[in-house]
Amino acid sequence: MFSELLLNAIASGVLLGGFYAAVTVGLAISFGMLDIGNLAHPAFVILGSFSAYIFNQRLGLDPILAALLMTPAFFVLGAAIYQVYFLAFERRGEEGLRGLAFFFGILFITEVALILGFGVDYRFVEARYIGPTLHVGDVDFALRTLVPFVISLAMVGALQLFMSKTYMGRAILAVSQDSLALRLMSVRPYRVKLVAFGISIATAALAGAFLIIIQPVEPSIGRDYIGRVFAIVVLGGMGSFPGMVLAAILLGVAESLTATFYGPSWSPAVAFGLLLLTLAFRPAGILGRRA
Amino acid sequence: MKHSHFWLAAAASVIIVFAASHFVSNDYFFFAGYVVLQYIVLAEAWNILGGYTGYINFGTSGFFAIGAYSSVVLHKLWGPPIPVLIVVGGVLAGAVGLAMGGLTLRLRGVFFAIGTLALAIVVQTFITNWDFVGGSRGVYIIRPPSAPLLGTYIHYLFLVMLALAGMSVAIARTIERSTLGYGFAAIRDDEQAAEAAGVPTLKLKLISTTLSGALMGMAGAPLPYYVTYLDPASGFNLSYAVNAIAMPLIGGTTNWIGPLIGAILLGTIQQAATVTISSSLNLLLVGVVLVFFVVVAPHGLIGLYRPRRKERIAQAERKVA
Repeated sequence: MFSELLLNAIASGVLLGGFYAAVTVGLAISFGMLDIGNLAHPAFVILGSFSAYIFNQRLGLDPILAALLMTPAFFVLGAAIYQVYFLAFERRGEEGLRGLAFFFGILFITEVALILGFGVDYRFVEARYIGPTLHVGDVDFALRTLVPFVISLAMVGALQLFMSKTYMGRAILAVSQDSLALRLMSVRPYRVKLVAFGISIATAALAGAFLIIIQPVEPSIGRDYIGRVFAIVVLGGMGSFPGMVLAAILLGVAESLTATFYGPSWSPAVAFGLLLLTLAFRPAGILGRRA
Repeated sequence: MKHSHFWLAAAASVIIVFAASHFVSNDYFFFAGYVVLQYIVLAEAWNILGGYTGYINFGTSGFFAIGAYSSVVLHKLWGPPIPVLIVVGGVLAGAVGLAMGGLTLRLRGVFFAIGTLALAIVVQTFITNWDFVGGSRGVYIIRPPSAPLLGTYIHYLFLVMLALAGMSVAIARTIERSTLGYGFAAIRDDEQAAEAAGVPTLKLKLISTTLSGALMGMAGAPLPYYVTYLDPASGFNLSYAVNAIAMPLIGGTTNWIGPLIGAILLGTIQQAATVTISSSLNLLLVGVVLVFFVVVAPHGLIGLYRPRRKERIAQAERKVA
């Protein structure tokens, strides 16, 4: 009985971790690679949830399909935000304190705007895979977490391929590895960063759809994800995708075990506690090279 | 002005404001004024660490709530007078601030900021799971029927917060114009250079985080008596953190006047907007004002004035030459 409970907790934790990877991959790009501490990333994920919700309710569209359709709009939004960020902070060399306050403000604005538009009620979407559960032996896989898990890993894999194979992807990696060297070769990191930040926000559209498939969403739950996403990026070693997926699954399992054995009200502390411990003892992450 | 003179002036302003407030017959003025004064304390406290020392704290609500919940515990155990609650809340929040200072050993910049956010959430989770203080259901606090010295209880709370505000402004100014403040500024401008020049950076950072945390806890200590019902969602409300950052940034972070102006301005606008428009719209306002100011006027209202002063100095120099 106990081992069955344990197995199920681990299985659902792994699925949850896959979803966390989707929420985090955007931040791994913006914070891990571009050094932009985008605190508002979870708020964009919630925005993605609500855009999927609207398409689902009005047109009866599948939430994931709706999110895919929304990615160009999110890309443009991300590019616009980077444009402001660049002009106001990066160009002046003041991105530290003020840049963070800027994103903190954006987080707050997005959240309150959503509350004004939709109220504080929990919203959910309808899709065929939301009810049923897959049984493999004693272990249950709920389709509502299995589907996001699979698509999310596919998304991270696709981004990994994009980064390593395409010209633009390699340019983004170059910016993240040595921005100064790039400048000395008379390349402006600006355009590359614009595209990369756009991509990072575009991933939030999909992650938002996954979120609203997994659980009902209200505007302020985005805050719970701030700790999770930063913990995962830092734990995963700042911008490494494989490290990030591993860290996401680790956190998912840790949270799922805590929720199963101690009660769900303790699970927010898991992410933030893990984050504090990582920051204090292993700032380079689990797969990090330098200590 | 000498430090002692400024403290006297601060005390005099507190007395004058309080005496003047007796001509106000509307009790709502005291409820609204309490909130604005509370933001003065929070903004000055945040600025000691954020503005002077250059470490951003996103966990203001955590420190604030530690003060508030320590009062809840004391109220249930024994019910001491508010000044005692403030001292205890300050000591506890200061101790957590000291621990947060330990984080600065390893974390700087963005990582420290996220660490403070993490700290606030961890504290919130513990409070939410602690049944003695009401857990997630919250707790009701019954005010004593009458206040010491004064007629109604809200007048007394107003006076307490007014005194705290006066004290925090005086503390902020004293720090700014003392060796301690110069040490903080050295850390803010270049921590490595400061360390190399012999500034005891760790000691100063610990002082800064402890002081800042203690003042936030003191601001939170009277809260249970003000709201009479406290739950984790309102005690740890993110809007405290946003306001504590927005106010100094709007006013200007490098001196004591900035947070004071920012808190009075933004606090009053919010109180007016809550009554006349709606409470969620006024939160939107804070966010928009914060983003607007960091983008357009990076040195706050004080910074808008400063270039003109520089021009005047330049003019004077030209005359001399």
